[in-house]
Amino acid sequence: MVTTAAWRIAADLPDPELPVVTIADLGILRDVTEDDQGRVHVQITPTYSGCPAMETISEDLVAALTQAGYQRVDVEFVLSPAWTTDWMTDEAKEKLRAYGIAPPGPVRGGPVSLSLAVRCPRCGSPETRESSRFGSTACKSLWVCRSCHEPFDHFKAL
Amino acid sequence: MTSVDYVLGLADDALIAAQRMGWWISRAPQLEEDVALANIGLDQLGQARTLLSYAGQLEGQGRTEDDLAYLRDEREFRNVWLVERAQTDFGVAMARLLLFAAWQSELYGALAGCDDATLSGVAGKAVKEVAYHLDHASRWVVRLGDGTDESHARMQAALDAEWPYVDELFRPVEGAVVDPAALRAPVLARIEPVVAEATLAVPDVAPARGGGRAGLHTEEMGYLLAEMQHLHRSHPGATW
Repeated sequence: MVTTAAWRIAADLPDPELPVVTIADLGILRDVTEDDQGRVHVQITPTYSGCPAMETISEDLVAALTQAGYQRVDVEFVLSPAWTTDWMTDEAKEKLRAYGIAPPGPVRGGPVSLSLAVRCPRCGSPETRESSRFGSTACKSLWVCRSCHEPFDHFKAL
Repeated sequence: MTSVDYVLGLADDALIAAQRMGWWISRAPQLEEDVALANIGLDQLGQARTLLSYAGQLEGQGRTEDDLAYLRDEREFRNVWLVERAQTDFGVAMARLLLFAAWQSELYGALAGCDDATLSGVAGKAVKEVAYHLDHASRWVVRLGDGTDESHARMQAALDAEWPYVDELFRPVEGAVVDPAALRAPVLARIEPVVAEATLAVPDVAPARGGGRAGLHTEEMGYLLAEMQHLHRSHPGATW
């Protein structure tokens, strides 16, 4: 990937739901191209079909690039190949953990596969249980730590 | 060539299912369930939006996803009867989600490998989402079916009430990219083990008449559309 100035501006954009990580960290940003006339074309891929953050990300991208002097910016949603949590960088997973969200494990054998034990992001204990498969957003499930008794979000492997 | 009606059918199934799912927000038996059903509805709505936009493109008359969702009348909707009827019993909602998500899992799985790039893109994403829906519904059907005498009886009644509407999913559609009839066996193979684990019986009931794919709907569809479309039709072009 060629990291142009436009790419770096787009890549620095924080996710509106998870401001500790950028859209590049999450693997949402797919490509940024610039033509001879300085027009910027950004491709992003939704995490979930109905993810309400996509509209905001699209607006934020246009705003950030326009402010940086790019006159014409368009944002395209690319559905295929489908986004997967495997595109998230290790750095992003570590940032999520530090933020209190248990990061996704690797995707194995289908979308609802048995995963390794989810560690509590606060105390590190593997003694945790899922309390709801759907959390505050579609991408997260709700867990409780049996050791420190704190509830926490887990970013589901997808 | 993918037919407009075929795509509209899939879009409307997802849209109307999402609208019914939204009813549960603030009414589910647990707070976590409010959140879960809202998220499931949101996934369905996301699938519907992309499919409706695509149907509009195929049609070539410049209609957007909003035009198709809000400005069509009842006879122009192509969804099956399974998704449109009102449901105020949580067991019925879970029985329906089990049947619908099992069907969507097989449907999107098959579409993910099709030649139509838009449909395969939507399906490749959606198949991962509906796996969670199917898992969620399966857990509830097992918990309630293999629960108390009361929950067992109500879960069986719920399954009996929804089962007549399964057949319509497998009826022929002109211009179908995946033959609906080919999905019958794999869909039932997903549902029946869950029903068995839940100590329930697969209902032996006659199929409902159906006709949603041809624009014929149940009485409750009109009420659903009135609620869903009211704001947009009262204030055309309004945004917030």
